[in-house]
Amino acid sequence: MCLAIPGKIVEISSDNQDSALVDVVGVRRKIDLGLLQDDKPTLGDWVLIHVGFAMSKISEQDAADQMNTLRMLGEIDGAMQEIQGYGLEDVN
Amino acid sequence: MRFVDEFREPELISKTAEEIRRLAGRERHYRMMEVCGGHTHAIYRFGLKDILPENIELIHGPGCPVCVLPMGRIDDGLSIAQQPDVIFAAFGDMMRVPGTQGSPLEHKARGMDVRIVYSPSDALKLARLNPDKHVMFFAIGFETTAPSTALTMMRAKAEGIRNFSVFCNHVTIIPAIRAILDSPDMRLDAFIGPGHVSTVIGCRPYEWIAQNERKPIVVSGFEPLDILQSVVMLLRQLKAGEARVENQYKRVVPWEGNRAALKAMAQVFQLRPYFEWRGWDLFRSRHCGSTTSTPNGMRNSALRFPASA
Repeated sequence: MCLAIPGKIVEISSDNQDSALVDVVGVRRKIDLGLLQDDKPTLGDWVLIHVGFAMSKISEQDAADQMNTLRMLGEIDGAMQEIQGYGLEDVN
Repeated sequence: MRFVDEFREPELISKTAEEIRRLAGRERHYRMMEVCGGHTHAIYRFGLKDILPENIELIHGPGCPVCVLPMGRIDDGLSIAQQPDVIFAAFGDMMRVPGTQGSPLEHKARGMDVRIVYSPSDALKLARLNPDKHVMFFAIGFETTAPSTALTMMRAKAEGIRNFSVFCNHVTIIPAIRAILDSPDMRLDAFIGPGHVSTVIGCRPYEWIAQNERKPIVVSGFEPLDILQSVVMLLRQLKAGEARVENQYKRVVPWEGNRAALKAMAQVFQLRPYFEWRGWDLFRSRHCGSTTSTPNGMRNSALRFPASA
């Protein structure tokens, strides 16, 4: 829940601009862009994700650094479990 | 010095550690609080205590929303979910947290419909998928998760979804810092400010800490170098007799925060005057949320649309 997970926006829904597909080290899940209304990310942008919502735009380098930090903190598994759980996939 | 070679930019870390030792000198003791539980975790994990000189003491703050949740809140949430046709949805972090009658997971084993969700929007999705049931999302977290709960509630309202409610345990960080500073037992020289909470609230909400309380605060990232650089920035201020808000985590934290997220929280939540923080008996802090009662007998708890308006 407290993890900030970096992801790359690979698709933005054509019928819902607040819905985007992100790629997090190969895992693709839908996230919500509704909290970045003032600074909408576009295709190829990197974002930090908290509980399924993009909370800030970051650079590709910062995304790599954040992934590395998660790895060093031993939180990679938790982060991937969270990403895989978005959309109720792999849950329950 | 443990681990340093594994870190990114080990040379820079060694230099920064050297600068800390030079600035800290030996004359006095420095007490700095890292407010965020993520920083506490990083400090332990990276062994930063071994890198810092002995006269710099890092005090662990209250920044873990699961740890500070009083048992009564879990009991209340679970007692609502004991009513027929209610689904208890919560983040995985909550599942093993004990209530008086056991954890959510233990309640699940006894037949309660308990679901793990990784996003508030998935709790709402559960409500869409189960129109004959009522989904109660047990919401928890600081400002990193509260805006997502808020936006989810706005979406539920816009869609006219009636079988979804939020049991709000969101807490805000600023009143906690205020309570810490008001406590006569807590002598602190400076704060390491939370990183990801600050992506939402920005740096302005900390200005009173510098201006009124004369304590420096540096919003910090989570890498070893980030935390050590933040300590350098705090020491420089302390040595110069200054008290300012500084942003070490500029690459992620905008000074003004995330306005859309702040707006969503302001639209949905009300601040309570008091909320108990478990393990922090010295203060009772405000939290955001409402105790508006709901229809169909869910008293004193689940905040159900449109009751929060």
